[in-house]
Amino acid sequence: MAIPLSYNLRNLSVRWTTTVMTAVGIGLTVTVMVSILGLVEGLHTSLAATGNPRHVLVMRKGSTSELTSTMTRQTFQDLRFTPGILRSPSGDPLASLEMVTVMVLESPDRPEGMNITLRGLLPVGFTLREQLKVVEGRKFLPGNREVIVGKSISDRYPKARIGRTLRFGRGEWTVVGVFDSGLSAANSEVFADLDQVSADFFRSDILSSVLARTADETAARTLVSRLSSDRRFSVLALTEREYYEQQTKSGDVVKILGFIVAAIMAVGSSFAAMNTMYAAVSRRAAEIGTLRVLGFTRGSILLSFFLESVFLSLLGGTFGCLLALPLNLVQAGIGNWVTFSEITFAFHVGPKTMAEGLAFAMLMGVVGGLLPARMAASKEIVIALRET
Amino acid sequence: MVNHLPLAVKNGLRNRRRSLLTILSIAASLSLLGVLMAMYQAFYLSPGTEDQAFRLITRNRISLATPLPVSYRDQIKQVPGVREVMIFQWFGGVYKDTNFENFFARFAVEADKEFLMYPTYRIPDEQKRAFQNERTACVAGRPLADRYGWKLGDRITLMGDIYPVDLELTLRGIYDAPRDNENLFFHYLYLREAIPASMRDYVGTFIILAKDRDVVPRIAAAVDKMFVNSPAQTKTETERAFEMSFLSYLGNVKVFLLAVCGAVTFTLLLVTGNTMAMSVRERVREVGILKTLGFTPGGILGIVLTESVLLSVIGAFLGLGVSEGLCAFLRRSPTTFADLKMLHVPYSVIALSLLLAVFIGLASAAIPAWSASKRPIIDCLRFND
Repeated sequence: MAIPLSYNLRNLSVRWTTTVMTAVGIGLTVTVMVSILGLVEGLHTSLAATGNPRHVLVMRKGSTSELTSTMTRQTFQDLRFTPGILRSPSGDPLASLEMVTVMVLESPDRPEGMNITLRGLLPVGFTLREQLKVVEGRKFLPGNREVIVGKSISDRYPKARIGRTLRFGRGEWTVVGVFDSGLSAANSEVFADLDQVSADFFRSDILSSVLARTADETAARTLVSRLSSDRRFSVLALTEREYYEQQTKSGDVVKILGFIVAAIMAVGSSFAAMNTMYAAVSRRAAEIGTLRVLGFTRGSILLSFFLESVFLSLLGGTFGCLLALPLNLVQAGIGNWVTFSEITFAFHVGPKTMAEGLAFAMLMGVVGGLLPARMAASKEIVIALRET
Repeated sequence: MVNHLPLAVKNGLRNRRRSLLTILSIAASLSLLGVLMAMYQAFYLSPGTEDQAFRLITRNRISLATPLPVSYRDQIKQVPGVREVMIFQWFGGVYKDTNFENFFARFAVEADKEFLMYPTYRIPDEQKRAFQNERTACVAGRPLADRYGWKLGDRITLMGDIYPVDLELTLRGIYDAPRDNENLFFHYLYLREAIPASMRDYVGTFIILAKDRDVVPRIAAAVDKMFVNSPAQTKTETERAFEMSFLSYLGNVKVFLLAVCGAVTFTLLLVTGNTMAMSVRERVREVGILKTLGFTPGGILGIVLTESVLLSVIGAFLGLGVSEGLCAFLRRSPTTFADLKMLHVPYSVIALSLLLAVFIGLASAAIPAWSASKRPIIDCLRFND
C-alpha cells in the first residue's frame, strides 16, 4: 500500500524554509537551462521558418553561403528554364536572381557597428516570399535608391527607422518601408533593388544566388539533383530548408557552453537536494518507524521519500521556468558564422522548452532523492523508533 | 576564530555525509564560477601580449568576408610608422573532412615576412629557409603538428571552399609559439597562382607591423582615412581588438557570463545557508549545554561561523582544482580563440574565489548562528526538533 502523497506535501510545508531554499537552488539551475534551450529554440524557429521546403537555392559549387557564392547573369539565364521550376501565370519562371552582401549598422549598444545582411532582388523575389508583408511605408521602387528593412532591424537599430537614410555602397539610401516576414530570418535583413545594389558594389554581373520555386518537396529534391549533376553549371543546389538548417550551427557554441554550465550547476543542486532529503530522513526516523509499525512496507517508504524529493525538485523546476518566462519578450542577436552577419531572433520559452526544464529538474530530484530514500527504507523498526 | 577551530572541526566531522555533500555542492558551483571568471578575465580584462601591441589588422569595412584590393598593401606601407605590411589570407577549406575536430586555421601569407611579423615564433633557421625557398611549402605550430603526427616533408592536402582550388602542401617547418600556436601558414604566391584570374587582385586582410607601439593608434586612423573615398573602405584595428570582435559573434557574451556568475553565487548562498540552518537546528540542545558550561553568545557565534567558513573554503579549494581541470579541457577544444587556448585560472580569480567563499560561509551562517547564540538556555535545552 502506498503512503498518501499528502504526507509528503505536509512535510514539505512544515519545513518550508528548507523547502524553499532547496527549491530555489534547483530553480535557478533550471532557469539557466531553460534560457539556453529557449535561445536555441528561438534561433531554430527563426531559421527553420525561413526555409521553404518547396524552394531550391542555387549557389556556386564550393561556396558555403550566399555571401561567398557568385552567380553570373549568364548562368542564371541558362538555368532558369530548367524543368521543375514553376512558372508564373504570365509564363516567366519563378526563379529569383539575388545578390547578398553585408553592410554595417551602428546601434546605441554597439557603436562599432554590426554586420547586417543586405539583399538585392527583383519583383519576382517578393512573389516567392509571399509571407512577407510590408507593415509600414511601402516597397522600394525599382531603379530608386530606396531600401526596406526587416522588422527586427527597425526595432533594434534606430538609424534604420522609416524615413532615415543609410550610407552604404556608393552613397545614401532612403528607408521607405518596414517588412515583417513572420518568424523568419529575413526580418534581420535589408532589401533593395537588385540592379541598384549590384551597381553600387561593382558587381552588376557577379551576383550571389538563385532562389527557385518547385511544385512540392519531391519536385524540389528532383530539381536539386538535376542542377547539381548538370556539368554545364557547376552549381550547388539545395533546398532552402536545408540551407537554413545548416545555419542553426551558429548557436552551437552557445548551446554547448550553456549545457556545460547547466550540467555543473545541476551537480551542485543535486548534492543540495540530497542534503535536504538526508536531513528529512534523519529527522523523521521515529515517523518512519511508526509507519513501518502501521504496516507500510519498505517499498512504500522508499517510494514515499523518493516522490518527496521529486516533488521538491518539480517545485523548484516550476519556479525556474516561471523565472525564465519573461525571456520571451527579449530579442537577441547572434553572429551568424556562415554569413558573417547578425541574425536577430526572439527567445522562445514555450511548452516544449519548459517541459524539458521540468524534466531536468526531475532528474536532479531523482539523483538527489534515491540514496536518502534507500536509507529511509532500510531502517530497522526498533532502531528507527528509538532515534530522536 | 582560531580558538574555535577544534570544536568547529569536530562539529563538521559529526555529520560527515552532510559536510561532504555541502563541500561537494560548493565545489561544483565554485568550479563553474572559477572557469567563468577566468574566461571573463581572459576576454575582457587582459590587455593582450607584448608583441601583439605592435600589430594591426586591416580588413574591409563591410565585413571580413568582403575582400580588399591587393594593391592596398603598397599604399599602407607608405603610412608613417609602418614597418612592414603582409598579406594575410584566411583560406578556410577542408582538411580530411568537414568534422569540427579537423578544423584549424590556415592562412596564406608572405613567407619572407611571416617570422618578422611574429617575432615570438621560434623556428630553426634551416626550416625557415626551406619554407621560404619552396613555393608549396608550409609551416605548422607544434601542437597542431603533434595532433596529426606530422613530420617534416609530409604532404598536406587542403580542399578549398572559399577558393575553388585544392592545395598540395609540403610541411617544411614546425614553429614554437607561446600563444596562438595551432595555425598552418603557406605561401600566398602559391594560392595566387592556383586561383582564377578574377580572384587574384583581392585579399581578405593585411597585417601591419608598427615601428613603435605608440604610433599604433595613429596608423589605424591614417590607414582608414586613406581609403575613405575608395570603393573598398577599410577598418584597421589592433590585433587584440580584431580577436575580440569575433567574440561578439557569440552574442552578448559579457551579459551571459555575468548572469550565470550571479545565478551561481546566489545558488551557493542558498545551499550553504540551508546546510548551516539544518546543522544548527540539529544541535540546539547542545548549544544549551555549551552555554551552561559557560560559553558566551559570542563564542557560540564564533563556533558556528568557523564551521561554515571552513566548509566553504575547503569547497572552494576543491572547486578551484576542478576549475583548472575544466580550463585544461577548454584549452584542448578545437577553437581558433587564442584566449581559450591559453585559459588558466589566474591568481586574481583564486583570490576572489577564496574571498567569496569566506563571505558565503559568513553570510549563510549568520542568521542561524545569531539565533542560536541569542536563544535562552532553557529554551535550548527544551528544544525538540
